[in-house]
Amino acid sequence: MAQQETIAEGGVGKMSTLIGMIPSILMIVSPILITAIGGMICEKSGVVNIALEGLMGIGACAAASAHVLMEAAGLGVPSIWLSLAIGALIGATFSIIHAVAAINLNADQTISGTGINLLADGVTIFAAQILFSADRTREFKMGMQTDALGIYPTAYIAIAVVAIAWFVLYKLPFGMHLRACGEHPHAADSVGINVKRIRYIAVLTSGLLAGLAGGCIVLTQTIQYTSNTINGRGFIALAAVSFGRWRPAGVTFAAFLFGTAQAFSIIANNFPSLRVLPTEVFNILPYVITLVALVVFSGKNYAPRANGKPYIKGAS
Amino acid sequence: MKTKVKQEPFFTRMLGSDGAVSVLVVLLGFLVGTILVGVVGKNPLNMYKAIFQSLSGFNIDNGKMNVRYIGETLNYSVPFILCGFSMAFAARAGLFNIGGEGQYIMGLTVAQVIGLLGPTVPGLHWVVAIVGAMLIGALWGGLVGILKAKYEVSEVVSTIMLNYVALYLSRIICLQLPGATTYKTANYPDTALLSNRFFQTITNHSMLNNGFFLMLAAVVVYWFIMEKTNLGFGLRATGFNREAARCSGIPVVRSIAISMAIAGAFAGLAGGIVALGSFSYGRILAGMDNYGFNGIAVALVGNNTAIGTALAGFLFGMLKNAQALMQGKQIPKEITFIIQGLIVVFIALRSAIAIYLAWRNKRQLQKEVLAK
Repeated sequence: MAQQETIAEGGVGKMSTLIGMIPSILMIVSPILITAIGGMICEKSGVVNIALEGLMGIGACAAASAHVLMEAAGLGVPSIWLSLAIGALIGATFSIIHAVAAINLNADQTISGTGINLLADGVTIFAAQILFSADRTREFKMGMQTDALGIYPTAYIAIAVVAIAWFVLYKLPFGMHLRACGEHPHAADSVGINVKRIRYIAVLTSGLLAGLAGGCIVLTQTIQYTSNTINGRGFIALAAVSFGRWRPAGVTFAAFLFGTAQAFSIIANNFPSLRVLPTEVFNILPYVITLVALVVFSGKNYAPRANGKPYIKGAS
Repeated sequence: MKTKVKQEPFFTRMLGSDGAVSVLVVLLGFLVGTILVGVVGKNPLNMYKAIFQSLSGFNIDNGKMNVRYIGETLNYSVPFILCGFSMAFAARAGLFNIGGEGQYIMGLTVAQVIGLLGPTVPGLHWVVAIVGAMLIGALWGGLVGILKAKYEVSEVVSTIMLNYVALYLSRIICLQLPGATTYKTANYPDTALLSNRFFQTITNHSMLNNGFFLMLAAVVVYWFIMEKTNLGFGLRATGFNREAARCSGIPVVRSIAISMAIAGAFAGLAGGIVALGSFSYGRILAGMDNYGFNGIAVALVGNNTAIGTALAGFLFGMLKNAQALMQGKQIPKEITFIIQGLIVVFIALRSAIAIYLAWRNKRQLQKEVLAK
């Protein structure tokens, strides 16, 4: 609830027109996009990561806690960027669990992802209880600031992430190797590509980006971390990966579509014609669109072929 | 060296037994949780005192007994066990049902609607509501089955999507109910409640209700369908090897749809029982209750068997009931979530055992060959 109020306060007046809404849409799209790109990289390498939701939560909680503590220590503006980095690093650290389970131990990737999601629910609030003696982190005073256009830096971070991901995946040999690991790991292995190493890099990247996105949410859309901060956005990112057909442009489009729907659920009240609809209709949209798309495009499988299958050397 | 040879068969047998590994995994989860509590400077003993109290009703600190805690633990176990069956039933047919949460929410929603608007006939009202909850759960699950069987949509993705569709749909519907505020509706008429006066008397007014009997019936039904019917055999065959099942004339598409529908009915039943048993008013959900997600853990710990899942669900119910007691003893209650999450992570890591056993077999063979 707190985040809805902050958004409303920040944008009253500005939000009366569609153009005026662009900054808030970008604010909501950016973290979903960053996470989805991470999820896409991970699945491209052949590992399904349904732990995105939990990793976002862990990153958000870490960033919020770090920011509160560093702000209190008088660190000022650098504290924001430092806490973003801390959130990303903690996200990457937690994704090691998934990497070890999925890559080294041939574990069921859905089970290990579910485990991390459940674990994240506990670890984040547990940390808040220890650090701040409450079921949420203490409120920080100053979040991220917008630029002259009213746009948060997270939007530029998201654009950079998409561009770098596209360049690495499609223009560098490393990207081709990564995609090969997701399509046919045995073939990749036979030409000397280290499948395990590449999958490790992919899983850790997805953890890093999910953690970063969690930090982005907490530092732009709210003033503290609570158990409701992420609220399904990791799963929306997951939906964006399959709706975007595992391609950077598609995933970006999907993230924009879903993010805009999310934004409408919060700001629909500013539009008299939309007020007749329950706001929940906009919350439902991303999930329904994805389901419909999966049915309509069924038969043609766009997913990386070895997605979700453990790679066992020698077995074919 | 000789003692080691004697011990190894037992160790190997233990690693080969699903039940023993589950116990090991749970113990590991508690061990890591205990260490964590110790590391942050709290007394782990308090955690176990709280768990003991929620299990036995006995408060070690002041020596007082209150049977209400036993009733509450049993009551909390009911939705965990039923959602566990939802996951387990689908898992037996080779499907991963992350959608227990959505099926649970739909069951809860329909039970709330019928509870408030249904026929206020004693003895009939709650039955209609519970049946409605099971039907909508079956529909919600069956939909996933049809998407999977006919359109090859991964059940993992579709169930995750349907969880959130269910959550927001529930909000839309329940906000229209009589007396709806932002978080609750009007009170149910008495005929909709599952409360059981006898249980209340013997458990010092706990929330334990008739849902407990429904859960016991579900355990029997689950066991019976799985182990004793052609349907269950077909499902298990589909789970073991889909192609082989198809070749031996088992209708695989139908098996998948039916198994998801039955799985959904279990979760829907859980939703109905929570709606009409643990509350006297309808709730406008602000977030997930997480029974469905934890059902995944319950089924994994219980190895998808009837008794194992029931025991695992009881363990989770006990932990949930211990939460408030822990908080009272300065132990953050989230440690129970951490333990549950750790248990699932360790279950995922369980595949390491197979790798270890294969490696050891190889070593042993090498030794034998070299010895010759």
